[in-house]
Amino acid sequence: MPAVSKGDGMRGLAVFISDIRNCKSKEAEIKRINKELANIRSKFKGDKALDGYSKKKYVCKLLFIFLLGHDIDFGHMEAVNLLSSNKYTEKQIGYLFISVLVNSNSELIRLINNAIKNDLASRNPTFMCLALHCIANVGSREMGEAFAADIPRILVAGDSMDSVKQSAALCLLRLYKASPDLVPMGEWTARVVHLLNDQHMGVVTAAVSLITCLCKKNPDDFKTCISLAVSRLSRIVSSASTDLQDYTYYFVPAPWLSVKLLRLLQCYPPPEDAAVKGRLVECLETVLNKAQEPPKSKKVQHSNAKNAILFETISLIIHYDSEPNLLVRACNQLGQFLQHRETNLRYLALESMCTLASSEFSHEAVKTHIDTVINALKTERDVSVRQRAADLLYAMCDRSNAKQIVSEMLRYLETADYAIREEIVLKVAILAEKYAVDYSWYVDTILNLIRIAGDYVSEEVWYRVLQIVTNRDDVQGYAAKTVFEALQAPACHENMVKVGGYILGEFGNLIAGDPRSSPPVQFSLLHSKFHLCSVATRALLLSTYIKFINLFPETKATIQGVLRAGSQLRNADVELQQRAVEYLTLSSVASTDVLATVLEEMPPFPERESSILAKLKRKKGPGAASSLDDGRRDASSNDINGGVEPAPSTVSTPSPSADLLGLRAAPPPAAAPAPASAGNLLVDVFSDGPAAQPSLGPTPEEAFLSELEPPAPESPMGLLADPAPAADPGPEDISPPIPEADELLNKFVCKNNGVLFENQLLQIGVKSEFRQNLGRMYLFYGNKTSVQFQNFSPTVVHPGDLQTQLAVQTKRVAAQVDGGAQVQQVLNIECLRDFLTPPLLSVRFRYGGAPQSLTLKLPVTINKFFQPTEMAAQDFFQRWKQLSLPLQEAQKIFKANHPMDAEVTKAKLLGFGSALLDNVDPNPENFVGAGIIQTKALQVGCLLRLEPNAQAQMYRLTLRTSKEPVSRHLCELLAQQF
Amino acid sequence: MLLFSRQGKLRLQKWYVPLSDKEKKKITRELVQTVLARKPKMCSFLEWRDLKIVYKRYASLYFCCAIEDQDNELITLEIIHRYVELLDKYFGSVCELDIIFNFEKAYFILDEFLLGGEVQETSKKNVLKAIEQADLLQESQNEEWGGLSEDIL
Repeated sequence: MPAVSKGDGMRGLAVFISDIRNCKSKEAEIKRINKELANIRSKFKGDKALDGYSKKKYVCKLLFIFLLGHDIDFGHMEAVNLLSSNKYTEKQIGYLFISVLVNSNSELIRLINNAIKNDLASRNPTFMCLALHCIANVGSREMGEAFAADIPRILVAGDSMDSVKQSAALCLLRLYKASPDLVPMGEWTARVVHLLNDQHMGVVTAAVSLITCLCKKNPDDFKTCISLAVSRLSRIVSSASTDLQDYTYYFVPAPWLSVKLLRLLQCYPPPEDAAVKGRLVECLETVLNKAQEPPKSKKVQHSNAKNAILFETISLIIHYDSEPNLLVRACNQLGQFLQHRETNLRYLALESMCTLASSEFSHEAVKTHIDTVINALKTERDVSVRQRAADLLYAMCDRSNAKQIVSEMLRYLETADYAIREEIVLKVAILAEKYAVDYSWYVDTILNLIRIAGDYVSEEVWYRVLQIVTNRDDVQGYAAKTVFEALQAPACHENMVKVGGYILGEFGNLIAGDPRSSPPVQFSLLHSKFHLCSVATRALLLSTYIKFINLFPETKATIQGVLRAGSQLRNADVELQQRAVEYLTLSSVASTDVLATVLEEMPPFPERESSILAKLKRKKGPGAASSLDDGRRDASSNDINGGVEPAPSTVSTPSPSADLLGLRAAPPPAAAPAPASAGNLLVDVFSDGPAAQPSLGPTPEEAFLSELEPPAPESPMGLLADPAPAADPGPEDISPPIPEADELLNKFVCKNNGVLFENQLLQIGVKSEFRQNLGRMYLFYGNKTSVQFQNFSPTVVHPGDLQTQLAVQTKRVAAQVDGGAQVQQVLNIECLRDFLTPPLLSVRFRYGGAPQSLTLKLPVTINKFFQPTEMAAQDFFQRWKQLSLPLQEAQKIFKANHPMDAEVTKAKLLGFGSALLDNVDPNPENFVGAGIIQTKALQVGCLLRLEPNAQAQMYRLTLRTSKEPVSRHLCELLAQQF
Repeated sequence: MLLFSRQGKLRLQKWYVPLSDKEKKKITRELVQTVLARKPKMCSFLEWRDLKIVYKRYASLYFCCAIEDQDNELITLEIIHRYVELLDKYFGSVCELDIIFNFEKAYFILDEFLLGGEVQETSKKNVLKAIEQADLLQESQNEEWGGLSEDIL
């Protein structure tokens, strides 16, 4: 029970909350809640009219249930009734319920608005405040339409109580933010500005927020607020710490109001009126001076409040960017914070200095702190602080310190957190390009990047180095020499192979004179990496080879041999095969002249914005772009690189990668209880012991699988090795599948591991992996009894045509399974062509002398051979149109069988095997996927689209594939998953 | 603003921008995970999507606010602290259980302090005056009901 129960105790509510807290499991909680919901429903429906108190109590319970995360679909009417109660607490609960559970039910909104209207007109300040809070909490357009005109009147009325004015100001702010068009400007606006002079500090605090927001939209109408704000600020800043009584917070006078006033001033340029400006500068200086004074209290609240004002002051100084003296003082102050023992202050100082770095007045002052910042990058224990340090280094970089900063960032990259590596890579790449004095340094830096963090070097980065090398002939020889050396490392990153392949293909001739890098050496070096590379890289290398034939006629025979090899000419990958065939033919039929023309050196790339900069902007969001792209300081540096121009507007479209930054690493919550850090304020707070859920232990499924060793990944080549003859009894002598077989199979359409079957005797677990048209499945048979199974024989049966569609090879297992023991069976699977029915698994054994037999459907469905395919919206729609024959499309509209959760849906679609394509469907609620089904005989391209309709609890699923039965079959399989 | 326990149980949620229930649940899950994963000595601020998160732990409870890019982190930290002080003064040495059993009061106090996401009244006295007035009204009403004996369900 609560230590304190203030005001009323709604005892029934307390009992209910206790009950919920005592529930040992989620199921028990749901049961208790359902019981309560039934009870409340019957009370609401009952003949006996409920008194206000009961109604309040039940509404409060419903609210509690909703806040636990359950859906509430009734009780709104009772809550609305409470609104018109003249008992304060009933009204209060009614408003709370409405605020939390708004419903766009128009009938209800009308009633709610009516109640609010009555309360606003009641002249009872407490009722008026409740009504205003409700409007501010809901803030919907309907409410705006009903009240936006009334609230300004209440706000400026001479007879409104202070508390009502405060609520009215912030209520109006909320409505204005939601629908600015509904709030009429007028005579009241002038009077709002004068609230800055109000005697009541609370009224000023609330009003400043409203005025700040209005200023941003109509700066000219509110200009008079500047002088009022300055004089208010000046009075606060110069007041003694006790003058403001309850508005003084830990010896700091009115910190919230001060911060808000400083924010308001940031809506405008420096005041034009000299007197006002002088007074303001005085204020800013006072704040900076106070920072140097000894603290009046050791409490962190004191220093936080004081520094909050200081940081806001610095923001204003940076915003004005016109007072060199103040800027440098601000910078020095932040410099002190860089070494402060409070992590929070170090973080904020780094962040704030980033903006100072872009001011011409303080750029040099910021640069003096370079060593401290580099040190922070190396030693800070908190990744978010390190990230700020990296940002600041990036912002303070110019030609004078570029080499130092780039080399420090490269060094940091070796140990950097995975979450920020890609961003650091981009920044290094940009700085290296922007401040390159000689291009050999640039080439070295980028190759170092690839060496240190190859996985995080995105395409943009290595494309860019190729562009620059192609465009500058002074660096081509050096680049060729450097990549050649880099490629000699025994293990080099695939991105290095790409860059190396491209550069040698273009400029390998520049180093061919040296016998250590003669054409055959270059070729064999590249070709030694060929087999380890992905398809895309191999395709690139094939192009390099044909370029070699042109550059170095002496390599022609060797290269033709490579192209002619079966592994190229008959490669399963269409692209590789096509390149091999075409290049081979080209090299045999074309004359040297033709070859030389076709394979001429690439022309220079058109200069445009660095694609890397564009990518960094995308990652940071459009807002951050301007601060990164500070062309201000070194317009001159752009010309040698010819690249860095303001972003075209297309850059601001959020790309999928923009989201990636949002997905900061979120490891599971640390379980280790840290010592309670409460100060003297809350010493008796005790930890919430009973609320901890008893650990239920692993579910049977997990426990089962956790005993298994995961199969080591193997190359597809090895998958079919060591086949055992399948003892394949004809379909006629096995029993039909058990009734649940279909249901069990459905469980595995979107996942590969789990418990396939379980009864009192036997548990069958599955673990499987599929690659292209091959698969390997591990079946685990667990004897749950204490008695040995005899004649244990699991076999796989191919009904109907399946034999020609799917090859499954099984290994025999021991005929005896001891009580409590588990045996494992390995199945090698090859998909020969598309198939519709799954193979059957027949398990027979004798248990205690009695024959047992069981037939299941083996969880091998056609989608297991899906290979996800990424493609852009344009490509998707092009292919979608190509598959427009009526039979190629299958569509199903069906009711949701599970709660409609976007995350779960995503996981299922990915589990199904297709790639999920973002930004294809104009409706973000919809899901679009693509993939290729790999079979030995043919490939089937598949496109899918899933449209959830949450309101109707329905889905529409559409599949288009190049093969009619596949569309239908996939559609049926997938439709059962939601 | 979110309040949640060390075990990740949500104790109070206040949203100042319109979002669907689904989004709210998703954001809550994400934030709770992110914040709980942080170590005690780390800084109280972090970037999250295009917002900044300011959080502080008081005994078993985490208080967590999402603010916009331009907003002041330190003053937000003190908003959290002032709210804790208000709860503490009202309940008299507040603990997590007070907030669980009197969740409606925690919401009422918050509404008096913050409205529409902005600070409305920073004076402790003025905020609590409003709430205590309401309690007085309530107690006199309870007497009219002559005890609470039939009030079990």
